[in-house]
Amino acid sequence: MGMTMTEKILAAHSGRDLVRPGEIVNAKIDLIVAHDVTTPPAVAMLRKLGINKVFDPSKILVTPDHFVPNKDIKSAELAKQLREWRIEQGIERYYEVGNHGICHAIAPEQGHVLPGMTVICGDSHTTTMGALGTFATGIGSTDLAAALATGELWFKVPDSMLFELNGRLPFGVYSKDIILYIISKIGVDGARYRAMEYRGNGLASISMEARFTITNMAIEAGGKSGIMPVDAISEEYVRARTKEPFTCYESDEDAVYTERMTIELDQLEPIVALPSLPSNGRFIGEVERVKMDQVYIGSCTNGRIEDLRIAAQIFKGNKVANGTRAIVVPATTEIWKTAMREGLLEIFADAGCVVSTATCGACLGGFMGVLGAEETCLSTTNRNFVGRMGHPSAKVYLASPATAAATAITGTITDPRPFLQ
Amino acid sequence: MAALPDTLTGYAHVYERAHINTDEIIPARYLNVHEEAELAKYAMEDIDPAFVKRVLPGDFVIAGDNFGCGSSREHAVWALRGAGVKVVIARSYARIFFRNAINNGFLAIECPEALEVVGTGDHLELDLVAGRLRNLTSGREAAFVPLSDFARELIEDGGLLPHIQKKAQAGS
Ligand code: SF4
Repeated sequence: MGMTMTEKILAAHSGRDLVRPGEIVNAKIDLIVAHDVTTPPAVAMLRKLGINKVFDPSKILVTPDHFVPNKDIKSAELAKQLREWRIEQGIERYYEVGNHGICHAIAPEQGHVLPGMTVICGDSHTTTMGALGTFATGIGSTDLAAALATGELWFKVPDSMLFELNGRLPFGVYSKDIILYIISKIGVDGARYRAMEYRGNGLASISMEARFTITNMAIEAGGKSGIMPVDAISEEYVRARTKEPFTCYESDEDAVYTERMTIELDQLEPIVALPSLPSNGRFIGEVERVKMDQVYIGSCTNGRIEDLRIAAQIFKGNKVANGTRAIVVPATTEIWKTAMREGLLEIFADAGCVVSTATCGACLGGFMGVLGAEETCLSTTNRNFVGRMGHPSAKVYLASPATAAATAITGTITDPRPFLQ
Repeated sequence: MAALPDTLTGYAHVYERAHINTDEIIPARYLNVHEEAELAKYAMEDIDPAFVKRVLPGDFVIAGDNFGCGSSREHAVWALRGAGVKVVIARSYARIFFRNAINNGFLAIECPEALEVVGTGDHLELDLVAGRLRNLTSGREAAFVPLSDFARELIEDGGLLPHIQKKAQAGS
């Protein structure tokens, strides 16, 4: 009986030849990503215990992202604690406001994530980084504190589920539609405690950026991680960013999967997840043309340059509808700059969008576009739970950047395909 | 540090819905602080704004499937504990919430039939040894999955950090 790539990574990091699902292992952590919301409590816990040094500052990356530029006095304090802590600890990989970005986007973008690594962050969308053949999972502040102190963390080896992607996506359909489709099939707890592994010939036509969107949302199906094999596309992405050596793990032919699902990509259409569960995905043809008060394009799910290019293609020469607000949030400063150089920011501004600096912002109801009572928003983010983007009675719809841009122009939920012709 | 008692008693607050997420348990608008007493004021606010007024120290929260799904914020556990909640008994848990609970030495019990035998306000007894939830008000009972040895050890040590310290001191 063989092992999945997830099992192999966990075995290699816990000094074992073999691990099986359900076993508890203590794994060495290669990269800890720290942001402004969950890190300060972890630091406070360590202080209380008299632990004054992290295990290895070179294995930690710090970026404020959730509430920066500071949203209020209390969040200013969090960002300040993070900043002071990283200086005190001598952590060099730090992205200050002005170079900052949403953690799950900036960590791979800046070449810190390599295939075969174990990566943790006090954030549930850490699964994003698994697209590079990495074991990446979200944890809480206590776990973070433990890993910062010891460089290790306990894991229950997850069962793996296999998703086989076949064929090519049709015109106007994107990786966001794939993952919304999968979650609509298996539910928000369909992959609970499991690793969601992807393979199949369909991957060859899905760019690295688009792949991150898929692994990003593993947690929305309850998954512990999302993972993809390393191929020419991911290798090129990593090689363009770092010279560090890395290890590629492959699942064995006879690895065990608790479930398998095949997705024929050419059968898919744009999908919208209705309020208030990410699993409420419907093909756009079955979705009512509900009026949107706001459209939000951004987040660690869909705030990368390819996403902005697609949105800009649709916004070009068009205007945001009367009665709708459109907010564009590049996921990192680097993406913001690229968008500027390519003239995308101008297209957004001319269309009547607000363009923000990189931040988590309204994705989690923080700031920069929080929703009021009963308001509606179509968002490229990953989660539309009650209260997620603001008032508990607000309604959030999830979709791809193309669907978001088309919706901003008409003011009601709109199929993007006619706009792309 | 402290062995778990064999039994615990408390009063029930029932939330039947599946997928109660961490944004409902502690909305992100309160994440600019992490003091337990402060977070406690807003526990469950987006699902039941009156919860914090009713909850008393030692009470139980009873919930459906996939409790605590969504964000990894440990603030959800702190808010509940700060509000006085002694134990959460759910049909099932989202992974990170469960992990955060036992990492904090906080009891999270998985009991598939809890909702069938408990109503809000019922007086409950949780028998951790026998793996039984007894409704002292109605006399009904449900079995639950006993804590794994690993989870019990973490909870008895007071959470992950004291557990690690204990192991470091023991030189293991
Ligand atoms: S962009 Fe949204 S989902 Fe992503 S890390 Fe920030 S708050 Fe979380």
